[in-house]
Amino acid sequence: MNASLLFSDAEWSFDRLKATYNAIEDIALKDLKLDVYPNQIEIISSEQMLDAYSSHGMPLMYQHWSYGKHFARDQTMYQKGYQGLAYEIVINSDPCIAYLMEENTMTMQALVMAHACFGHNHFFKNNYLFRQWTDAEGILAYLDFSKKYISRCEDEYGLDEVEKILDSAHALMDQGVFRYARPPRLSEADQLARAALRAEHEQKTFNDIWRTLPNVEEPDQDAEERQLEVRNIKLPEENLLYFIEKASPVLKPWQRELVRIVRNVSQYFYPQKQTKVMNEGCATFVHHYIMNALYDRDLISEGAIMEFLHSHSSVVFQPEFDDPRYSGINPYALGFAMMDDIRRICETPSAEDREWFPGVAGSGKWRDVLKDAWANYRDESFILQYLSPKVMRDFRLFALDDDARESHIEVGAIHDAQGYRRVRETLARQYDLGMHEPNIQVVAADLEGDRMITLRHGTHAGRTLDPKTRDDVLWHVHRLWGHKVKLDEGPA
Amino acid sequence: MNHFHFIDRRKNPKGKSLGNRQRFLRRARVQIKEAVNKSLRDRSLADMDKGEKISIPSRSTSEPRFRLSPDAGERQWVAPGNKEFGAGDKIKKPPKQGGKGQGKDAADGGEAEDSFQFTLTQDEFLDIFFEDLELPNLVKRSLKDMKSVAWRRAGITVAGSPTNINLVRTMRNAHGRRLALKRPSNSEINELKERLFEIERIAEPSEAEIAEKRALLVRLQDMEARRRWAPFIDPLDVRYNAFAPTPVPTTAAVMFCLMDVSGSMGEREKDLAKRFYMLLYLFLKRRYERVDVVFIRHTHHAEEVDEETFFYSRQSGGTVVSTALEKMLEIQRARYAADEWNIYVAQASDGYTQSGDAKRCVEMLDEDVMPIAQYYAYIEILDERELEVFSDKDSGAELWRAYRTFAPKWKTFAQTRIAKPSDIFPVFRELFAKNAREAA
Repeated sequence: MNASLLFSDAEWSFDRLKATYNAIEDIALKDLKLDVYPNQIEIISSEQMLDAYSSHGMPLMYQHWSYGKHFARDQTMYQKGYQGLAYEIVINSDPCIAYLMEENTMTMQALVMAHACFGHNHFFKNNYLFRQWTDAEGILAYLDFSKKYISRCEDEYGLDEVEKILDSAHALMDQGVFRYARPPRLSEADQLARAALRAEHEQKTFNDIWRTLPNVEEPDQDAEERQLEVRNIKLPEENLLYFIEKASPVLKPWQRELVRIVRNVSQYFYPQKQTKVMNEGCATFVHHYIMNALYDRDLISEGAIMEFLHSHSSVVFQPEFDDPRYSGINPYALGFAMMDDIRRICETPSAEDREWFPGVAGSGKWRDVLKDAWANYRDESFILQYLSPKVMRDFRLFALDDDARESHIEVGAIHDAQGYRRVRETLARQYDLGMHEPNIQVVAADLEGDRMITLRHGTHAGRTLDPKTRDDVLWHVHRLWGHKVKLDEGPA
Repeated sequence: MNHFHFIDRRKNPKGKSLGNRQRFLRRARVQIKEAVNKSLRDRSLADMDKGEKISIPSRSTSEPRFRLSPDAGERQWVAPGNKEFGAGDKIKKPPKQGGKGQGKDAADGGEAEDSFQFTLTQDEFLDIFFEDLELPNLVKRSLKDMKSVAWRRAGITVAGSPTNINLVRTMRNAHGRRLALKRPSNSEINELKERLFEIERIAEPSEAEIAEKRALLVRLQDMEARRRWAPFIDPLDVRYNAFAPTPVPTTAAVMFCLMDVSGSMGEREKDLAKRFYMLLYLFLKRRYERVDVVFIRHTHHAEEVDEETFFYSRQSGGTVVSTALEKMLEIQRARYAADEWNIYVAQASDGYTQSGDAKRCVEMLDEDVMPIAQYYAYIEILDERELEVFSDKDSGAELWRAYRTFAPKWKTFAQTRIAKPSDIFPVFRELFAKNAREAA
């Protein structure tokens, strides 16, 4: 038995967690030189984990039936054993909040701390998408505000009314983000201040007598300001929720606020959608490095490292396309393989690597290369830049061409010298949200006349909208807009 | 060193997503109700008390988003695990709706597209099932003078028992009084004392200092005196929560369950009757806290039994239905005075009784039972062949025909038939549905 071990059995305790955290932090900051937000680590039970799960993992999400539905599904899956629980949930906020499950063994707690508190945390703090688009300091305050605001609306206007607006806004969530420009909006803190001012104003001007008057419309406090903003919106506008929030002729002020809340939540999650491979890859690479370093320093036992390797390998398991377990490419597997491969290219490059990555091959500076990648790339650009022939061979990747009119799928390229570039480009495009989320814009709105809006779906390669959901979503658009809605489709 | 801290949240309340779940159940109410009613049909007696896995059409709770059609245009994608393909190979597409390479919910065996499965707890299950059912005519005419008392909050008083002290009020009063009487605070006194000690520490104090010391002592005494007569909390400050007795109307009710367990009732019939009573029992237990249930089973001899015996034990013998009615009346007279209790009776039988007994039953019902009962439900258990024979409402076994003759006289009398398990729930609903109550 080695006296230097942080722990020697599966039980965890707060003292052990603290000692282990310190050892992990030492490696993460001094060796890997990661840059992280302060950590807030919360211990929760599996039931609480299920709770957190169903509402985007956010501790303060507003209430809506769809979260209840997801909870019911997750719970059923979990109880049937189809699906395990995630070992951790981590929230992009400052301080960075990570949840550890009570049931985890000490080894798993160490793994999760390395993975979430340093891997994800570093990525959140440094990746350009998160820096540019999300407000880690303000998010919890904003969610708190929105939760309270929505529950107040439920009290005041009824569950049904609130549900209608949220349902419709949720249907447009994917079309509720600014993709190319920083949104013209107040910071979260300003928004909060404004909401508080508004509430205060309501308090001051509250007059009970008015309530008994039939149908007194609430004065639209921001009407003028909004008119101005509407005039400034230049068509086409890709953010449907933004357009509706500002320009809808029928929404009441509180309904606009609900649309805005949904839009802000959607925008907050937008970077995560674009960095699944990188984010999970980064966290997996970091935990893998740290756990091995702990073992090298005689801080964890052989048993612990075996347990770690067992769960690590199931996390990065990639079923093949003809395996019944296959459900697309596993972002943990691809991300980890690519990042581990970058390290190999920097340290022990082959002739092929020198040809493909002349700048970094053999430089030995894998820490810098990885940190640069984590900071400045998203999935699409990262794959385009760093997917090496070796990883393509290891995964035995092949590209397929599928034309809906043909009865055959054609293999376009495989993992060979002629195919590497084609496979890499195809895979990179697969992670471009623009390619598999329809590009829909508001192209015309007759605000003075009959108030019809025209949406246009710019298609790529003849891929039109799925008629099964198209009409349902249009119905929701109509509910929010209140007047005629038209949808065109055609090549972008 | 970076900041970090651990928070133990395990003691936090669970069920954070309860609100979401309620919203979900509310949203899918119609479909869930349908599924619940359907699943009840095939439930066995023992399962009645458990939660239930149900499955509802997923369309009712779909969340549509714009998405690209899988059946139009060209697309390219990359898959792992190539074995024998080379560039240019053609692969025949699997027949429609096969694996599209994106594998949706394969684990659900393809069911996921059309239905959504989840588990209702027992509470939710029964709530939904009993949702629009109620005991008919619950408030009796003469119940007005029932003396039942509930303690309700009735403001604040100056006298009461220590357990009812209202701390907030008390402290607020005390605070106001202390301010008004200028009670010196601890810090003021400490300040004085410190200055005093400072002077006392000086070995040879000057004239001025001695004078100051004297002045300080006087002030200190004054302050302490003030503190004595303006205490921190004075009995005058104390307030109590007051509770006043408020009369509330009570709805004391008793349900008599009469079941025929004679030899003519086969196992199947007994099982049907038991299922009916089980449902009735669950309904009462769930919806009415204060309903007494009396179980009476009879052959040629009636006896009062407990719940366990009623549902689970076997017995056999001849049939004299009127014995059960006698027993019921006997118990009612002894324990449930008609002017104080709402009286309900449910009777299940196969309709056969000793010859002449049916007439006696009708007499007893007409003269003794119906005048005091709020509602009387007679359930006849048939076998399925009989149901065809007796498809007409006027024909039936002896008891049925006898009841038919006097039933129109009493609006509060209902008779109905059960021939198979799937009849139980419709019949139950029919008997206890809100508003729409008519003798079958």
